[in-house]
Amino acid sequence: MRKEKVIAGVLAALALTAISALAVIASFIFKEGLPIIAKVGLAEFIFSGNWHPLDGEFGILPMIVGSLAVTAGAMVIGVVFGLGCAVLLTQFCPPRIVSVIKPSIELLAGIPSVVYGFMGVAILVPLIREHLGGPGLSVLASSVVLGVMVLPTVTSISVDALQAVPRAYFEGSVALGATVWQTTHMVTLRAARSGIVAAVILGMGRAVGETMAVIMVAGNTLDLPHSILDPVRTLTSNIALEMGYAAGDHRKALFATAVVLLAIIMVLNSIALAVSRRLPAGRQAGRAAKAAAR
Amino acid sequence: MSGNSGDQVAREEARLAAALRSREPPPPCPATGPKIAVENFSASFDGAAVLRGITLEVCPRERLAIIGPASSGKTTFLRSLNRLNDLSPAFSMSGRILIDGQDIYDPGVDVAALRRRVGMVYAVPVPLPWTVYENLAYGPRLAGVRDRARLDALVESSLRSAFLWDEVKDRLREPATNLSGGQQQRLCLARVLALEPEVLLLDEPCSGLDPISTAKIEDALADLRSRYAIVLVTNNTKQAARASERTAFFLMGELIEVGPTVQVFTNPAHRRTSDYITGHFG
Repeated sequence: MRKEKVIAGVLAALALTAISALAVIASFIFKEGLPIIAKVGLAEFIFSGNWHPLDGEFGILPMIVGSLAVTAGAMVIGVVFGLGCAVLLTQFCPPRIVSVIKPSIELLAGIPSVVYGFMGVAILVPLIREHLGGPGLSVLASSVVLGVMVLPTVTSISVDALQAVPRAYFEGSVALGATVWQTTHMVTLRAARSGIVAAVILGMGRAVGETMAVIMVAGNTLDLPHSILDPVRTLTSNIALEMGYAAGDHRKALFATAVVLLAIIMVLNSIALAVSRRLPAGRQAGRAAKAAAR
Repeated sequence: MSGNSGDQVAREEARLAAALRSREPPPPCPATGPKIAVENFSASFDGAAVLRGITLEVCPRERLAIIGPASSGKTTFLRSLNRLNDLSPAFSMSGRILIDGQDIYDPGVDVAALRRRVGMVYAVPVPLPWTVYENLAYGPRLAGVRDRARLDALVESSLRSAFLWDEVKDRLREPATNLSGGQQQRLCLARVLALEPEVLLLDEPCSGLDPISTAKIEDALADLRSRYAIVLVTNNTKQAARASERTAFFLMGELIEVGPTVQVFTNPAHRRTSDYITGHFG
């Protein structure tokens, strides 16, 4: 019995280490970043487009817009292709082929991000420059690179979610005269919705947080982008690019950038969760009605 | 106590025997021909034969019960009648199945439309994860019914036919999974009826249900017989005796015999049929 307690204690300590790491990181970022936000003013910090840290001007609006634009583009590509791939694999492919393709897609996640960036610079950026115009280093290039990077996350988790839908739903729907495609989009995708939203959230987290590949293909200018062919700098790039030589308020402003990044990730997650909860409204309304009847 | 339950069993047996005696022999198929004609139908999965040379007819307004021990091909046979086996890539078949004289395995057949004509109720009731109303309106919507009033009417009439309307008429907006098991099975029956099919296939529809829910399903089937050809696969020989005009006995993928239920149960042509019915094997 004594041994059990010791083991439980050790495990609890290990678990607490992980949680305390999160707490330390969060509190450190806030401690370093909040004072400069207070000094500059929250509105100025978020809504000003002037980032001249050596002159004491700290406005990160272009970076916020850059991060959001790049993430949005990446999610369009990642979700369209990832979900499409997941639907194909789970609904239209024989299991033997799935067991080959799914691991290969998951292997994509193991490629270092610098390699993605390298491919982007070497192939994608010249293509965009020659065929679409602009410098090539752009929102579009970053979106495509990030979209490919989030593919394994979105695909793999969506496949799991779709495979978890009971086979009986499929058979029941088909027996009622639905085609496989009708069943997929009216029954299976609806039933797998919460898992698919989880896939999108995780993919989005990866896209917002990715740094190296984006630095290589985004162009990193400080101007507000006006089209998807304009170069941008994201919040993460800003921190990575300037941390090496920043000091004083400049350094603190980079921590403040991280605070904003953290806030954006939390807001995006909350929105995605809220959307997934709001969709099956019928079910919840029914449950509430039943509870009220009792 | 034991004497008491023995009395109950005896009463049950007597009731069944009386029911069988009073049962009229099924009328022969009308001159228009059988609803379903199965001709020398064989099926296999990955080369392993599951059905061998089945030849069988179902008349337009009768309940045909299919009995037989486990893995005798009953379910495969049932799923062949609306081509659900096609969903498995391992499935292959030979022979013909005609419904109203048309071969349902003809390449030109619209399989989705066929499945609306030949409705299926599974052993385990699995309502789709929606409200009661959505479950019932789904099939008609697939068939192109958009008119709200018509959908409402279909929902009500199919629920009435499945003997479920009185229990759920105030719960149509609730999730179907809130219903009890017996209600869910009648919901699954109702959602098939909402398609306005011509044939009903039931695969051990009462295997997981209590006696009262079973009785309700059987009452509904007795009522539906006037409108549909019904094929009922069941592991419960008493249910076959109660709820069918004709009975077919399957064994190891072969049709041993088919005939009026009265005859199959009181004077079967084959030894193996009587052995199964009296519980000597299986």
